[in-house]
Amino acid sequence: MNRPVNPKALPLDDDNGPLYVAQKKVYPQSISGTFRRIKWGLMAFCLGVYYFLPFVRWNRGLGAPSQAVLIDLPNSRFYFFFIELWPQEVYYFTGLLIVAAVALFLMNSVGGRIWCGYLCPQTVWTDLFYAVERLIEGDRRERMKKDKSSDPMKLERISEIVLKHSIWLLIGWWTGGAWVLYFNDAPTLVRELVTFQAPMIAYIWIGILTATTYVLAGFMREQVCTYMCPWPRIQAALTDEWALNVTYRYDRGEKRTSVKKAAELRALGEQVGDCVDCYQCVAVCPTGIDIRNGPQLECIQCGLCIDACDNVMTKIGRPKRLIGYDNDVNIQRRQEGKAPIYRIVRARTVAYSAIIAAVGGIMVYTLATRSLLDVNVLHDRNPVAVRLSDGSIRNAYTVRLLNKSGYDRVIAIDATGPVNATIHVIGIDSVTQDRPMIVVPRDSTSELRVLVTAPVEGNPEKSIPIRFHVTDIGLGEAASATDNFVAP
Amino acid sequence: MTDHHSDIDPVSGRTTTGHEWDGIKELNTPLPRWWVITFYLTIVWAIGYWIVYPAWPLISGNTTGLFGYSTRADVAVELANLEKIRGAKMVALGAASLADIEKDPALLALARAKGKTVFGDNCAPCHGSGGAGAKGYPNLNDDDWLWGGSLDQIMQTIQFGARSGHAKTHEGQMLAFGKDGVLKPDEIVTAANYVRALSGLPTRKGYDAAKGEKIFAENCVACHGDGGKGNPEMGAPNLTDKIWLYGSDEASLIETISQGRAGVMPAWEGRLDPATIKAMAVYVHSLGGGK
Repeated sequence: MNRPVNPKALPLDDDNGPLYVAQKKVYPQSISGTFRRIKWGLMAFCLGVYYFLPFVRWNRGLGAPSQAVLIDLPNSRFYFFFIELWPQEVYYFTGLLIVAAVALFLMNSVGGRIWCGYLCPQTVWTDLFYAVERLIEGDRRERMKKDKSSDPMKLERISEIVLKHSIWLLIGWWTGGAWVLYFNDAPTLVRELVTFQAPMIAYIWIGILTATTYVLAGFMREQVCTYMCPWPRIQAALTDEWALNVTYRYDRGEKRTSVKKAAELRALGEQVGDCVDCYQCVAVCPTGIDIRNGPQLECIQCGLCIDACDNVMTKIGRPKRLIGYDNDVNIQRRQEGKAPIYRIVRARTVAYSAIIAAVGGIMVYTLATRSLLDVNVLHDRNPVAVRLSDGSIRNAYTVRLLNKSGYDRVIAIDATGPVNATIHVIGIDSVTQDRPMIVVPRDSTSELRVLVTAPVEGNPEKSIPIRFHVTDIGLGEAASATDNFVAP
Repeated sequence: MTDHHSDIDPVSGRTTTGHEWDGIKELNTPLPRWWVITFYLTIVWAIGYWIVYPAWPLISGNTTGLFGYSTRADVAVELANLEKIRGAKMVALGAASLADIEKDPALLALARAKGKTVFGDNCAPCHGSGGAGAKGYPNLNDDDWLWGGSLDQIMQTIQFGARSGHAKTHEGQMLAFGKDGVLKPDEIVTAANYVRALSGLPTRKGYDAAKGEKIFAENCVACHGDGGKGNPEMGAPNLTDKIWLYGSDEASLIETISQGRAGVMPAWEGRLDPATIKAMAVYVHSLGGGK
């Protein structure tokens, strides 16, 4: 028999609570100082590069695109100033990604979340959106007051809101607009965009990126860093005790007291902390946390709390950098009365630098020495070999000549391996010294059907290696590829 | 489960279905309302489909729907679009001479691509996907051609076939010397050995070369020519080379001489348009054996 149970008497089950913490809106206060200046500078630089790079021109000669940075999807080419990459050279991007990842690790082991605080697009655009918000709606207190106000909205307030969102959307639109310019000739596309002649896909992408910029930087903001981004989790696992992070020096700050009380206590010769509990560090924080609680996942280490605290310390006549780039090792040492030590050069920073140098070096070397002439060979599968009426053996190959240079080439092709072999290219009559001559236009490939015929005499009965040599007649550049010559 | 009276479960506070097995009652856990509503909406949506798209089978045909949509019409449109894209290029191919097609890299690539596809659809069943052939079906990669290996000759063979019944087809066949009683069995054996000797293959013991030569001169030279070099006008193969369509061993040769050979290649004129036949001729020529 079931014993009746009163459901209300059951212990409370955590599963019944809400799964999500409600977003607490952050109202960062404006601040000025060293790190704020660095952030303005980096923001200007990053956005400047992003918005204007597509308009930079680079002369590659007639018939080639003149845009310095261009991802030409229809023709499958990537242009970056003097570099032109073909799809099969996509491994350079792999190298670039490796370098980028390790550079991120290196930044982390030197100065914590430098990427998050200064360079990440989420940070840069959110910072820009906050600046717009501040300009139109006022600083922290005013914005909080306006949001809390239950008065019916006046025209002034409505126009403020409309203006803010319009500017946000305009920035978002410009962001999307700059994005599509990387995929097509920028001046042409801009002309097409304003005359509504651009392909639909361009408008669709501008729309998508306008929406993501507007939503991510206008509304989701620090939520992206806290909940969506994997880097804070990885960063926390990668860091060590020597990495310099934005740190509240609790050895100096505690115990917190008011300015007045601190002065009184100091006069009595008592130990008092420098922190006056002014909450300026919290007020300026773009993720709305209190750095004095120690290192936190939410902290993007933008350094604005350093500026805020420095300003306060200057005003109350105490030394700066109560909050600063530091680590627990030094806090410990200062508490023990020892001088702080900073170890930038240590095993992991050396290892990361070495990896960056090695991968970067390999990339630069291969890029500098890569051949602009190449050949690929594919043996016919059916039939693999043909016996001719005089008994000799013929093998057919599909040969692709790649001319990656900016000029047309005349290429001679010959093969070594089988004894007394002759080579014939279908459709090619011009032959010099038994070598067929093929014209391969600039920046293109030519697929050829190549027949190699060899007598039975002197050649082994089984498969033997064959090497195809291609030579630029004008420049002497050469490349080769191997395959097999098979007897029937 | 006799009692269908539903009540409230004291533990969870939820209703039961009233089903009970050995004192265990089943909680009533209905499908979520949003799910049920979505389900009914899909039914309503499906009825819309019946009305606007082809749906119900009738005794002859089916309901066509208000939109008059059919997948076949879609295919027709796509094919027409494809034809529009290819049209100009195929016209250029049709206008160019065979020799010019091989000289122009763009036309050659087009002809080879088109030719390869059409070859796979029409020729591969006999000649093999790469044109390597089989016994009785010539290898198109080698330099031995029954009816000639120049571009024009290849095109003519594709157009009209061999022994195809077409008015302009290649005629001429290997006679059945044994079946028709022209040669006696021992003469056939001698002839077979003579033919083997022509291309340097060993002959059987006791083979009389002089007798073989006489038989060959009286019966074979008319088509295969002096010395057995063959004649593309008659489709008579060269007997002195290393390539044998029906085999070079004695038994195969005896069979060939006794029973005769008359392989058939269909005529493709009328089945394929002229530009396609041209593309195919270029493709076959470029396989390697073309002269």
